[in-house]
Amino acid sequence: MPQRTLFEKIWDSHVVCSGPQDSRILYIDLHLVHEVTSPQAFEGLRVAGRNVRRPELTVATLDHNIPTTGNRFVIEDALARTQVETLRHNCREFGVRLFDLDSPEQGIVHVIGPELALTQPGLTIVCGDSHTSTHGAFGALAFGIGTSEVEHVLATQCLVQKKPKTMLVHFAGALGNGVTSKDMILGLIAQIGTDGATGHVVEYAGEAVRALSMEARMTICNMSIEAGARAGMIAPDETTFTYLRGRRFAPQGAAWDQAEEYWRGLSTDSGAKFDATVEISAAQLAPFVTWGTNPGMSAPVTAAVPDPAQAADESERNGMIRALEYMGLRPRTRIKDIAVDRVFIGSCTNARLEDIRAAARVIRGYKISDRVQGMVVPGSQNVKREAEREGLDKVFVAAGFEWRESGCSMCLGMNADKLGPGQRCASTSNRNFEGRQGAGGRTHLVSPAMAAAAAVAGHFVDIRGWEYRD
Amino acid sequence: MQSFTRHTGTSALLARDNVDTDQIIPKQFLKRIERTGYGDVLFFDWRYDPEGLANPAFALNAPQYSGASFLITGKNFGCGSSREHAVWALRDYGFRAVLGVSFADIFVNNCVRNGLLPVVLSPAEIANLTSRARLDTPLTLTVDLEQGKVSADGGFSASFQLEPFRRMCLLEGLDEIGMTLKHDAEIASFEKDRPAFTHHA
Repeated sequence: MPQRTLFEKIWDSHVVCSGPQDSRILYIDLHLVHEVTSPQAFEGLRVAGRNVRRPELTVATLDHNIPTTGNRFVIEDALARTQVETLRHNCREFGVRLFDLDSPEQGIVHVIGPELALTQPGLTIVCGDSHTSTHGAFGALAFGIGTSEVEHVLATQCLVQKKPKTMLVHFAGALGNGVTSKDMILGLIAQIGTDGATGHVVEYAGEAVRALSMEARMTICNMSIEAGARAGMIAPDETTFTYLRGRRFAPQGAAWDQAEEYWRGLSTDSGAKFDATVEISAAQLAPFVTWGTNPGMSAPVTAAVPDPAQAADESERNGMIRALEYMGLRPRTRIKDIAVDRVFIGSCTNARLEDIRAAARVIRGYKISDRVQGMVVPGSQNVKREAEREGLDKVFVAAGFEWRESGCSMCLGMNADKLGPGQRCASTSNRNFEGRQGAGGRTHLVSPAMAAAAAVAGHFVDIRGWEYRD
Repeated sequence: MQSFTRHTGTSALLARDNVDTDQIIPKQFLKRIERTGYGDVLFFDWRYDPEGLANPAFALNAPQYSGASFLITGKNFGCGSSREHAVWALRDYGFRAVLGVSFADIFVNNCVRNGLLPVVLSPAEIANLTSRARLDTPLTLTVDLEQGKVSADGGFSASFQLEPFRRMCLLEGLDEIGMTLKHDAEIASFEKDRPAFTHHA
């Protein structure tokens, strides 16, 4: 057997047979479903008289379209309510497990999969959601699909795929204090661009990656799609096994031993070839802040908004001019001089317990700025309960933050949580596209600690100089 | 599924890179449970002003682009969210193909399952089409998937390629699920051999 990458091992072990032309029929181990991208897929099954082939490998939750405040069981938006009720109905009709709003395990699909150990090394995992790449942090092959493919997986438990290319992203050295995995992925996208990994499955490796917790690894893999990658993955290790052991759907007893033995073989063989390689010095990364309208438009917090006059070509210059106009920023403004109106701590990128703890540590003993409205939206009911057990909700409320119920919330603003036109937000989410958090809203992507510090100061500050009051 | 073999029509120009699916169809239109009815809200935030009137500054509202069935754009079109609604909206509006320097992966996967052809051309070819599409008279193109050719009045001609499976999907308008279900015995045999610890849910 030739030397293979982690990706190739998982791919090879999931090819059922050749499909038409250059495609392969790939088996899917876990299909995650939410209310927004699934109704048309279930309807397609119904029209064609087809069933869900493996309902026990299909897991649904409600996350995108649900309220995070007040009585979350009453959805006032009629369209959103219909979509939520449609998923409930479809899950009942086709026998799919649903983590509904009254479930103690409800949460953002990419938060609860890992939390419940539905996500495991070596699996193929798909969901009608581009941030499915999150699950690659466990050494799974996980990627987002459209609704037609959702229907295909429901009906066949397979997908027809062409084998993607591979890219190694190697983070050498160690991160400095205050620099997080959010800054690693923003740093990578700044370097290679939002299409830098298109067509590739990325494997993240190196000392700085090995040193990360599972939750921090998920943040990197989550934003792989923002570099255009098909998926992002990290080889499983002791950190992975320790995280998974004992969780609800993790294998138990002899099955665990068998699984762990298999998982230990899931790493790239030395000498295996990647189609592309990127080197990044982790030690040289600073906390990043995006200034533009895609996740590649970012700068270290110590730097300034760039000048379009210095763009590499006309197309880049036009993009920068448009972005700065939308963002209401002048060239060469220092990042630290950018004032914010809103702070959002949430999303499948950064709403896990460690993220909430990191933000709470920053604001402990402080009040947020009078000019800032801050909200914390835990990624799941489990995260919320655990944070409350640690008293973190009280820290946020004492500082002036709102403490909400779990959901996707203002990451994409499908529910009532939105930016108003012109409002500027420090956000721990994943996309700063025009209007992403609300029409006319201006999003700056940062790590949880950087977002918390901006809430206190009313503008961006370098978290590396923060005076902690704990 | 609708097929694409050859089509002649006029073109609209959206001369921007990195047009993400949040722009193609904003989130408030993802709440519907149907596959159709998205054409009027395509590029909603760019296309309409806050009062809901057509924004004259937005390219698609220019008179010479009215009724276009081709969209000419830059690189990395369709990046971001996996929402298939973006492709449904482009199709509902009347587009049969999008011509650009590059496309995002999930977007292309969604295109070929909905009869929308993504045509990858070189930066120079896109620049050429862009300058032709900037004129006041509509730019008529013929896109032929069987031949892999784009041609325009006035001598423009370019070749393009699409991966064989995707090409087949579009040419034949396949029922991909029906096709995979023909491999039922192989899928069942594969499932039997999966290790027990993967049957977790």
